[in-house]
Amino acid sequence: MKRRRFMNRAVLGSATTILGTDIVFSSFMPKGYQPLILQDPNPFEMFNKDKGMEVLNDKPWNIEAKAHLLDDKITPNKYMFIRNNGLIPENIDASSWTLTIDGESAKQQKTFTLSELKSNFPQYTYQLTLECGGNGRSEFDPPAKGNQWTVGAVSCATWTGVRLRDVLETVGIKDDAIYIGYHAADVHLSRDPDKESISRGAPIPKALQNETLLAFKMNGEDIPIAHGYPLRLVAGGWPASVSGKWVNRISVRNKIHDGEKMTGTSYRVPCNPIAPGEKVKDEDMCIIESMPVKSLITYPKSGATIKIGNQLNIRGHAWAGELEVSKMEYSIDFGTTWTICPIEKPFNPLAWQHFSAAVDFPKKGYYEVWARATDSKGVSQPMLLPGWNPKGYLNNACHRIAIKVG
Amino acid sequence: MVDHEKLVQSIKQIRKLMVVIVLCFVAVASILLYVLIDPTGSTFKSKQSLQEYVKVLEVDEVGFDKIENGIHVRTGLIEAEGLTEVVNNCTNCHSAKLVTQNRMNKEQWIATIRWMQETQNLWNLGNKEEIIVNYLVTNYPSKKKGRREILTNIEWYELKN
Repeated sequence: MKRRRFMNRAVLGSATTILGTDIVFSSFMPKGYQPLILQDPNPFEMFNKDKGMEVLNDKPWNIEAKAHLLDDKITPNKYMFIRNNGLIPENIDASSWTLTIDGESAKQQKTFTLSELKSNFPQYTYQLTLECGGNGRSEFDPPAKGNQWTVGAVSCATWTGVRLRDVLETVGIKDDAIYIGYHAADVHLSRDPDKESISRGAPIPKALQNETLLAFKMNGEDIPIAHGYPLRLVAGGWPASVSGKWVNRISVRNKIHDGEKMTGTSYRVPCNPIAPGEKVKDEDMCIIESMPVKSLITYPKSGATIKIGNQLNIRGHAWAGELEVSKMEYSIDFGTTWTICPIEKPFNPLAWQHFSAAVDFPKKGYYEVWARATDSKGVSQPMLLPGWNPKGYLNNACHRIAIKVG
Repeated sequence: MVDHEKLVQSIKQIRKLMVVIVLCFVAVASILLYVLIDPTGSTFKSKQSLQEYVKVLEVDEVGFDKIENGIHVRTGLIEAEGLTEVVNNCTNCHSAKLVTQNRMNKEQWIATIRWMQETQNLWNLGNKEEIIVNYLVTNYPSKKKGRREILTNIEWYELKN
């Protein structure tokens, strides 16, 4: 036993030297326990994700889908992107989970258990599009720092919960309320208990919208842990960071919520357009609200080769933040000509819409199929990158796939 | 006196004999006892647990900072001057993937470090900062992409109708 203990110390000791940090209380570690840093977790198994998903970051976990994985009308968990700012909370106990409503503009402070939320309020189910504000960041020049999302940080799942409005009305909000801010149980990367990973929010009108839910189900089941189990604020059509995971407190504010990642360059873009790389004063930055119009060709996967004379069936989804998509077009000649194709109405407001087309190619060669959506205000997706901003948000440039006709 | 000496000598001999007999008995008893307790004789084989530790030690000492094709396997960082400083200072809170997926110029890398120091509890890097920034700018420099890049890394496949 003594030798065993010695070996244990030696192993941890050498690990300590190599890691350059002290493993505090390493002598109290349970037998056979490998410190987390030595483990090689398999995110696909841990989060039930498809192997085709792309891990951008493993601390914190950030995983994105690829266009062709998002072909389902309702995104299943295995193809849903993960964007975490901090560490997933440990030891979540849904039976003791509570949500507290507080803040200077709440008429009272009130705490609900999860079961009270479920039984005291009517439940609603909506398909809601959640897209990361930084989806498409990888294309910006000069490059913007952060996770280099390509196209796959978007999903449209079915969310079930109670309306935030019903809960806020029960508590009572004062006339001077202008914003809500959420607080959650995730742990800051530095493990500093006084720091929040992210604490964002939305103006009162968005908070009171029918589709803004305190959700406890995703696609009919308990929300997967990486997506906010047991309680998530879901505000479709806005940057997905508004949809706080593991939510345990919502503050009703008499000013714009000033929580973590509400200020500076986080989820904010220049109020007026700037040149690429230009410096922006803090007071000239505006918070992102509704996401812009965008679309994705989810079938076929880029790289398809077909025989000349054969039609190519394409399909995908389009969405427009708070608005609806009113027109869908595709081009096979780099935008020289566009062909209108049918776009379905959304299942409910803030759900993505589906399009499909049968595409003919006039002759052999290399083609790109580009898709372009237009929203109900007549605003379309750009073919080039939209306005540069310091953190590389809101890239809604047209999606395209490569096709060879032989 | 002679008789007395003889007697002493024989007593010594008897004692010696007794010791030998006792030792032999103890030895035989020990072997029997051992066989009784550990019939497979595993004590003399290398222990399973020991092998585990040896394995971990290999991971620690050889695999832990292994370099393959110029890449530090554990973190994915490029092997170059400053790697150790970057591993020790930049991968405690977040994954090295946050470094390797980004491309920035010197000013932007420094601004990122300042932001982490001001808001994310990153410590003062002291004289290591220059080494770290040089490593980042040299190995992960800003890349020109223009307003839209061409499609690359296309995996061609035959689409059956």
